[in-house]
Amino acid sequence: MTIDELLGEVAGLRMEALNSWIANNWVRPQGQQGVYLFEAIDVARVRLIVTLHEELQVEEEALPIVLSLLDQLHDARRLMLRLQSAIEEAVPTDAKQKLRDHLQRIIEPD
Amino acid sequence: MAVDLYETLGVAKDAAADKVRTAYRKLAKTNHPDLNPGNKAAEERFKAIASAYDILSDPAKRTRYDSGAIDETGAERPPSRPSWSDHAEGPRGQKYRYERADMAGGEDFSDIFGDLFGKGGGSEGLRMRGRDRVFSLDVPFLDAVRGTTSRISLPEGKSMDVQIPAGIDQGQVLRLKGQGSPGLGGEASGDALIEVRIQPHPHYTRTGNDILIDLPISVCEAMLGGKISVPTATGPVTMTVPAKSSTGTKLRLRGRGIPARGTRPVGDQYVTLQIVLDPTDEALAAFLRDREPGGFDPRRDLMEAA
Repeated sequence: MTIDELLGEVAGLRMEALNSWIANNWVRPQGQQGVYLFEAIDVARVRLIVTLHEELQVEEEALPIVLSLLDQLHDARRLMLRLQSAIEEAVPTDAKQKLRDHLQRIIEPD
Repeated sequence: MAVDLYETLGVAKDAAADKVRTAYRKLAKTNHPDLNPGNKAAEERFKAIASAYDILSDPAKRTRYDSGAIDETGAERPPSRPSWSDHAEGPRGQKYRYERADMAGGEDFSDIFGDLFGKGGGSEGLRMRGRDRVFSLDVPFLDAVRGTTSRISLPEGKSMDVQIPAGIDQGQVLRLKGQGSPGLGGEASGDALIEVRIQPHPHYTRTGNDILIDLPISVCEAMLGGKISVPTATGPVTMTVPAKSSTGTKLRLRGRGIPARGTRPVGDQYVTLQIVLDPTDEALAAFLRDREPGGFDPRRDLMEAA
């Protein structure tokens, strides 16, 4: 969607705030100033920042830290999900069992 | 069984609106799904908290809930849409990968699992062109105008000389062939891509191929005119200030802007005059005090228009 559609879609979103988020690379639409195009994940990203800032009251100065930690967390989770599906697809059943046993030994129960 | 919304938020039935909001925020901070990816229990708690808040934060809905006109699910539920985590872990999630200066291209399993797969000899026979590496380089304003050679240090401790062509502009990317990551199995190395960021100058600014500068002049130079020396990116030049120039007068130094390159013609330097008073000039003050006032009103146009 375009920037005007986005501003209509997300309540409480201001143009100048959005532009500064784009300048900081927190939001990464296609195109350039004046002709930005936002795909679904960009819209969700804008909602995330609005939620963090307005609803959860994360201050502007703390936002980059929170976003960078969230991005790193999701990087790790994506990697883990892929590893999981790779194990699912490519590892023989007996090796899976070995892996499960080993994990049980090294992960201490609470 | 009916759920008590006040209990969900942990507030009294007669809690004031700001108490409700504070309680909601406190709970939201620990249970928000964007902060607890993959935690179904937190997600369910947050849904309950959000719909309780949806009703209790709206005075009209709260009254109707208190009077029993609507139940705890309310007349309308907050629209449910995929959370950030759904997007971040979905097919486009990589778009918001955490940015590291020394990393470019796709997701990198080898960072974490390199040892694991390396031991098995998995890379044997693999042929792949090396990846491009992206760097950014801060260039001082005048170096960008004149061109220079800049040395950048690479993450692995080596350094590399980069030719900055004269007149390079903000955000331009220089490509150094073969300076990226090495290829596998005899394939070529990737390239180094260097994004240039030009540092602002305290006096010069650039627009297109022109350079702008504000130039302070004395009252005497403004009134009587004369030749004065003006700094440019390539050294000072002499410029004639016409008699009776005011602050804001713009003069052009042809060919003293961004140097020509390829099909791009050379730019100009524009000098905007700024009259600066000498606060210790008592003689001028005395002269003006004793002088017959003239009829000149610099604000006439302004007063008529405003």
